[in-house]
Amino acid sequence: MFIAKVIGHVWATQKSRGLEGKKLLLVSRLKISDSKIALSRETLMAVCDKIDAGPGDYVLILDEGGSARSILEDKTAPVRTIVVGIVDQVECGSRIFEMRDGILEERGTR
Amino acid sequence: MKPARVAGRVMATRKDESLIGQRLLILRLTDWNGYESGDELVAVDAVGSGAGEFVFFVESRDASVALSSNPPVDAAIVGIIDGVALTEEPDGMDVYR
Repeated sequence: MFIAKVIGHVWATQKSRGLEGKKLLLVSRLKISDSKIALSRETLMAVCDKIDAGPGDYVLILDEGGSARSILEDKTAPVRTIVVGIVDQVECGSRIFEMRDGILEERGTR
Repeated sequence: MKPARVAGRVMATRKDESLIGQRLLILRLTDWNGYESGDELVAVDAVGSGAGEFVFFVESRDASVALSSNPPVDAAIVGIIDGVALTEEPDGMDVYR
């Protein structure tokens, strides 16, 4: 799994049945290191079903088809990447970050 | 799921029987703004896409489950893109030091 920021979405009326009624979000993977945090240039599409995530949210992404299908409870969904949570806070190294409405702020250090 | 543009079609009368009846389309890989990256692959079409259309596809096992017959294929088109909205263009630079 990894953390990513939702930076957009895709709409597609003609799609596989397993994708019907699901949001198709575009996410950019967050790279967190002690020295810096960066959004990777590579943008991925993630299916979003029960989690109410939208542009600006920092989300937890699961990136494997078998697990995605069991979460979607649909053995035929042609899905690999799925949103499985919305991230509120990250503690990494000595730093604490809070994420709200697309804003990422440092909350002091541990 | 990755974006691509349908560039053409492959006809192969002699092929593995698991591919019989499958439409084989040539995909040019793009980014989510439609700019082509130069790479190409052949994918099975699961949603009736036509030449020039902006689509997205899945690979490996996810491609096989996209088709009811579960054929042994490694790439399948699973959606035709109507539109893409990007709120920001990540340039890989620091978000927060």
